[in-house]
Amino acid sequence: MLTVQGINVYYGAIHALKDLSIHVKQGEIVTLIGANGAGKSTLLKTLSGLLKPKTGSIEFLDKWIVNQTVQAIVKEGLIHCPEGRRVFANMSVEENLEMGAYLQVGSSLAADLERVYHIFPRLLERKKQQAGTLSGGEQQMLAMGRALMGHPKLLLLDEPSMGLAPLLVQDIFRIIKEVNDAGTTVLLVEQNAHQALRIADRAYVLETGRVVLEGDAKELADSDEIQMAYLGH
Amino acid sequence: MEYFIQQLINGISVGSIYALIALGYTMVYGIIKLINFAHGDVFMVGSFIGLYSAKYLAAAGLPPVVVLLLSLIISMTISACLGISIERLAYKPLRKSTRIAALITAIGVSFLLEYTGVLILGPQAKGFPDIMDKKQVHLFGSSIQVESNQIMILLTTIILMLVLQYIVRYTKTGKAMRAVSFDVEAARLMGINVDRTISATFAIGSALAAAAGVIFGMTYNSVDPLMGVMPGLKAFVAAVLGGIGSIPGALVGGLLLGTVETEISSLGFSSWRDGVAFAVLILILIFRPSGLFGKNVREKV
Repeated sequence: MLTVQGINVYYGAIHALKDLSIHVKQGEIVTLIGANGAGKSTLLKTLSGLLKPKTGSIEFLDKWIVNQTVQAIVKEGLIHCPEGRRVFANMSVEENLEMGAYLQVGSSLAADLERVYHIFPRLLERKKQQAGTLSGGEQQMLAMGRALMGHPKLLLLDEPSMGLAPLLVQDIFRIIKEVNDAGTTVLLVEQNAHQALRIADRAYVLETGRVVLEGDAKELADSDEIQMAYLGH
Repeated sequence: MEYFIQQLINGISVGSIYALIALGYTMVYGIIKLINFAHGDVFMVGSFIGLYSAKYLAAAGLPPVVVLLLSLIISMTISACLGISIERLAYKPLRKSTRIAALITAIGVSFLLEYTGVLILGPQAKGFPDIMDKKQVHLFGSSIQVESNQIMILLTTIILMLVLQYIVRYTKTGKAMRAVSFDVEAARLMGINVDRTISATFAIGSALAAAAGVIFGMTYNSVDPLMGVMPGLKAFVAAVLGGIGSIPGALVGGLLLGTVETEISSLGFSSWRDGVAFAVLILILIFRPSGLFGKNVREKV
């Protein structure tokens, strides 16, 4: 579904991604784990078109998307739910969700809202409320709901569990799994390697802009290197 | 007391003009964080387009209300196009440069419009045609007098405000404008067309300034290519007073400033009028820099 080959991304003089290659197959949950500054968020921003790689190729659903605009990439069904939730705090919950459906022309807004409210009943209760007044967990649900409004074929999630209470973290991961079971492919960036590896099919470990390990999520979770470096055992 | 109310009514009609211009300042600032100093000159252009439209339409023998409406529509439409062109040609190429570069460019565009106006139209003031007969109406049988013009102005302002409110609250473009002004990057990730949204903001702001220009012409009967400077600055003060970036703030700021100015003049200090307006700016910047309706900007940590 997604093939990234040998991309090099720079932030000014900083070489953030070095010759990085990954792929995601239809229906998978793939997770990217790694320390702060390893390049996980940079990779997601490059995939959604916010950053442009200097070299390398990105192919999504048999199309080259490196030179596409962010809008065109969203239209293809690659939707990025950014780090830090980034909800529109000055707008109501429902208006936020409508923004997620900005490019939807064929499908009915009402049906899409119902679908998202079904996944996140809490959002239905608060649909008229300003997004800025929601709790952190609710804002995360809104950010994910907003991304789902755009009918993603591949959903990029950046640190969805960041700063949430343990119980909510469980919820969020359960919902990611449900969304995936319903047919959306997921590329998940997480600090919480333990949880991420539990729901993922495959994983990549990033260090300073390079893939240093990759493989089956279960196998990686059991490997000594991962245990030592990321799971704290 | 009646004298005071009389002046209040006069203040509100001056304030309506400030408010309409201030809306453009505040909306543009909200979306691209630029003080568009050319905005006052778009107001001037709008006024001149209104002048010529009104002249030709009245000469064609149309009834006054139709002349007014058509002049407003023509002036607002052409000025909206001017606003979009200014953004596309002057500001868009600078979107990734420093804010000071864009600000200086805005001042440059302002001079360009002013002196192109002087070149084409000449520096002398031109008379704005009387679109409507000015009748004095006594309010509720009291001795308070309202000009029929003032009633039209207030009506026009209220209708424009309601239309604006509707656009911003309920239309897809309006919602996109709020989303972009809050977080451009997140808006792009939703697939929102940021360029088109910014154009729409310039179009709406410029159209409102043009309406203010026509109203100004009807009130003061005299327009010239440099007429945009002072109302432009006053409207900027009004926008800061209300809280730059806030639409209700621009409205309240404009009306408040107009009222204060008129009351000061009516007390016999008319030469202090402009000074007071800028004193308001200084006081606001000292005591409440975010304005009456502004949000306190939190530093990101």
